[in-house]
Amino acid sequence: MKYVDEFRDPALIATVAAEIKRVAGSARHFRIMEVCGGHTHAIYRFGLRDVLPGNVELVHGPGCPVCVLPTGRVDDGLAIAAQPDVILTCFGDMMRVPGTVGTPLELKARGADIRMVYSPLDALKLAQKHPEKHVCFFAIGFETTAPSTALTVLRARELGVPNFSVFSNHVTIVPAIRAILDSPDMRLDGFIGPGHVSTITGCRPYEFIARHYGKPVAVSGFEPLDLLEGILLVLRQLRAGEAKVENQYRRIVPWNGNPGALRALATVFELRPYFEWRGLGYISQSALKLKADFAEWDAETRFAVPGVRVTDPRAAQCGEVLKGVLKPHQCKLFGKECNPERPVGALMVSSEGACAAHFRYAHAEALQV
Amino acid sequence: MVQVEVGGVRRHVNAGLFEPGEIGVGDWVLIHVGFVLSKVSETEARDQLRLLAELGEAGAAMDEVRGYA
Repeated sequence: MKYVDEFRDPALIATVAAEIKRVAGSARHFRIMEVCGGHTHAIYRFGLRDVLPGNVELVHGPGCPVCVLPTGRVDDGLAIAAQPDVILTCFGDMMRVPGTVGTPLELKARGADIRMVYSPLDALKLAQKHPEKHVCFFAIGFETTAPSTALTVLRARELGVPNFSVFSNHVTIVPAIRAILDSPDMRLDGFIGPGHVSTITGCRPYEFIARHYGKPVAVSGFEPLDLLEGILLVLRQLRAGEAKVENQYRRIVPWNGNPGALRALATVFELRPYFEWRGLGYISQSALKLKADFAEWDAETRFAVPGVRVTDPRAAQCGEVLKGVLKPHQCKLFGKECNPERPVGALMVSSEGACAAHFRYAHAEALQV
Repeated sequence: MVQVEVGGVRRHVNAGLFEPGEIGVGDWVLIHVGFVLSKVSETEARDQLRLLAELGEAGAAMDEVRGYA
């Protein structure tokens, strides 16, 4: 058992798709948001929209870390990279995200020392290897990634590495879901809950969606059968007039999450009063900063970051796409000025971004027809 | 640190988000940015596949019943 092939079994996929069609009926239209960018990518990659009936619509959510990072924060990170004797490290998908003065990759070409790492621990190792430099880790990501940053900071303290810091842009998913639910232009019937975030948080943080907003949630995995079963669970609840949180991804997600990871988060981080999200604006208590105990490893206390707010290019409609109000191809720039070779907005950069996924898997087909 | 094999390649990853001994030899795990995030439950995986297969059998049975008319 490898837990991959089994969840791509064509016969089982046909079975679940037939059941979805039966449960969905034809009397009404269903709009279900997949919150997580990993889900968006998988839905396009496996062509799942082709097996869904026309009255089951998937709306792409805000769960793509690179996509929700506002340009101002990219600029702040690049301002740190411009300081003398600094090595800025980041994950690969950050390298092509445009700031006002260019992407990290372009700044690297102009001489800034910006390096890609696969793990925050690699950034810490780099700091140990270069005691004459300061190594800053440009941290992004939801609860999936934040515990890894937390453990790395704890490790830096344990080892006494003074020339290492974290520029924290970690965000939490629940306030973003709440912002979408409160948004007047948003009509959603239910949610496919994030799979990997929930390995850390568990399923209980989503209970307010069912209880207060009366919308079903199915925390789901990333294989075709996972996503289809998640959609089926949501549709069944809607047809039965129910609203509860179900865990489709039980083989990976414990109902109460990962206690060790939650402890590490609580030790190192605290909530910021508010944080800016691309497309969603300022959301209170939606992001993590290092606690004062860890100020020595906090890039925002060690460096003067400009902290400017930069508005997105007016023609780009990233915000509307991010909230699911517009489909990627309905943006005026999609596939024209904004494409994966030269992205204008971050949704075209990350493989988890709705625009990049739409361009790669749906746009080419549309052009061929 | 624990050693994992990903598609035939061996790598060291950090298991610090778990108690010592919680992750053992032969376990399947979910890894992300150099850390073990979760352990895969084989029981739950088999259970899920069995339930989905039963959905197919139930559908086939319904088709057959409809065929009786």
